[in-house]
Amino acid sequence: MGLTRRQFLGALGGATAGLALPRTTRAAQKGTLGYPESFGVLCDLSLCVGCRRCEQACNEANDLPAPDQAFDDPTVLQHLRRTTESAYTVVNTYPQANAPAVHRKLQCNHCQEPACASACPVGAFTKTREGAVIYNPDLCIGCRYCMVACPFGIPAYEYHDPLTPRVRKCTLCHERILAGKRPACVEACPMEALVFGKRTELLERARNRIAAKPENYLHHVYGEHEVGGTNWLYLSPVPFDQVGLPTNLGEEPLCAKTGGFLSFIPVVIALWPAFLGGTWLFKRHNERQGQQPKEGA
Amino acid sequence: MSQTAPTTCWIKDKLFFGLGAREYLRSLLTPFNAVAAMILLAGGVAAVVRFGQGLGTATNLSHDNPWGLWIGFDLLCGVALAAGGYVISSTVYLFGLKAYQPIVRPAILTAFLGYAFVVLALLFDLGRPWRLPYPFVVQAGFSSVMFEVAVCVATYCTVLFVEATPPAFEWLGWRKLRAVILHLTIPLTILGVILSTMHQSSLGGLFLIAPGKLHPLWYSPYLPVFFFISSIIAGLSMIVVEGSLSHRALHHRADPGTDFDALTIGLARAGAIVMFSYFALKILGVISDGNWTYLPTAYGSWFLVEVLGFVLVPCLLFASAARNRRPRQVKLAALLSVLGVVLNRLNVSLVAFNWQLPCEQRYFPSWMELAVTLSIILLIVLVFRSAALRMPILRPDPTYPEHP
Repeated sequence: MGLTRRQFLGALGGATAGLALPRTTRAAQKGTLGYPESFGVLCDLSLCVGCRRCEQACNEANDLPAPDQAFDDPTVLQHLRRTTESAYTVVNTYPQANAPAVHRKLQCNHCQEPACASACPVGAFTKTREGAVIYNPDLCIGCRYCMVACPFGIPAYEYHDPLTPRVRKCTLCHERILAGKRPACVEACPMEALVFGKRTELLERARNRIAAKPENYLHHVYGEHEVGGTNWLYLSPVPFDQVGLPTNLGEEPLCAKTGGFLSFIPVVIALWPAFLGGTWLFKRHNERQGQQPKEGA
Repeated sequence: MSQTAPTTCWIKDKLFFGLGAREYLRSLLTPFNAVAAMILLAGGVAAVVRFGQGLGTATNLSHDNPWGLWIGFDLLCGVALAAGGYVISSTVYLFGLKAYQPIVRPAILTAFLGYAFVVLALLFDLGRPWRLPYPFVVQAGFSSVMFEVAVCVATYCTVLFVEATPPAFEWLGWRKLRAVILHLTIPLTILGVILSTMHQSSLGGLFLIAPGKLHPLWYSPYLPVFFFISSIIAGLSMIVVEGSLSHRALHHRADPGTDFDALTIGLARAGAIVMFSYFALKILGVISDGNWTYLPTAYGSWFLVEVLGFVLVPCLLFASAARNRRPRQVKLAALLSVLGVVLNRLNVSLVAFNWQLPCEQRYFPSWMELAVTLSIILLIVLVFRSAALRMPILRPDPTYPEHP
């Protein structure tokens, strides 16, 4: 009727191009869950005494500035702290009712499907085959969406640097792992509360520890499934929310939530032009009919 | 004063309303401009501190609160309130409601200025603003909602720039270029709607990644839908608010042939319908996620203030104003719904975000953040005003043929 062949083919072409365009989006979302050989750390909270040697070792291994309070000053543990740009790991003490206090070391958990990496608009984060989630400051634009995305509140930002601010967080001592060494914090732990190894083997070891002393542990390995699994795993004598680990995150990787939304975008690109273009053609057709009412035959 | 050089003449005619330089500068000494200059001065000081000493000195941002006022207001509210551009241009050019033609130009100009200044605000907020083009030229993070926002905002800003040029070309007298742009109206409008659908919803989609940090009453898998539909509300309401203000302040520049009040009645009808769907969806979101148990808490009351006071109430006001043809009531409803969209964006990004953190770790903007935000709002108003005073924005130029 009002539609010529050329217009129809044009509209069709636009819709097809829309469908083809965002393929790569889907491909990039395919996860990294398939690194079974990756390394991780098992952290047994029942063994940690809060000596903060791990903090000191981390500070030295990463050439971080000296802390305000010495590493052997126990008063630091009186209040809860978080990771900062000059402390990639901190130990907190969580007092318990009718039981000895429990200490927990905070650092990047090196998620198997890192929310920070999926959130970064320039792909500055990489989940390595060895297990570490590492950051490339040469790409970072400083939008800090990774900090919004991280469910554990780990990445810190160099807010006071006006020229080259970076996101700062634990690297799992990736360079040391590549050189065949263990992370600095693991090596420094005098209580063997930290064990470095293949993630699959650590999971087995964790289950064995629970089986050997079931009365000592909560029967759950934190990090086995949380947000798709993390390369740091935790055993604890008390519920995990009592040592500041979030227990409301679910087992689905967080990037699945945004990925589901992003997969609708091709549909919008494909259908909107056809619908809107069609509406416009319909409107114009009606206008032309209205302008020439006499041409009946 | 007998300058006859052609450039001097051009400046006098086009920029100084035919006044001499001294007379023109004297005409600028008004109380409004004095207040504006003070705000811009504070914003300038804040800018020097921000770029000289870093975000840490200028803002109250922290490791726990990586996003503050510049994202919560300048980006999220700025983009939503600039939605009038795609809403009204699709109404007129695609759906054929020609009666609204007189408000297309102010809406497009508002939208373009809104987006342009969103980008300016972003330059303040980014840690390394000179790397703004990195997602396009260095490496693209295809799995990132932020990447999608960046692509759409950059493209749409360009589209709006092109859409906003015809009045400028008429002012400059560039007839050929104007004709070329007018021929592109339909494709540009369609492109504008597609890009707006994508990034308005993506701004809500940004928060899908943080279910553990955003309060359950605001977190929902429908967040992108909420943001998209409420952007239509923001667009419709901003057209009414901005139209009323500019018709009052620039009343001598307005087209005497346009009955703005009559147009607002139609906008109110549309507003009532869209707001009712939005209200229903918000309620559905709470019920389907089983989060109604949070309603009897402090956050629950605050949620009800937003959804009843700033969605349902203006929705009913719009409906009754349209039925009884009361333009003043439309303006009140529009103001309430603009505030409602602002409240929603601030709730999602700041108030209900990090709700589990202890009070002393929560965020409140610094004076410098407020000064930059106020300066940016003010700059939009000032640029809009100076364009509307010189170019055919509020009324068509009679020497040019009718709009397409």
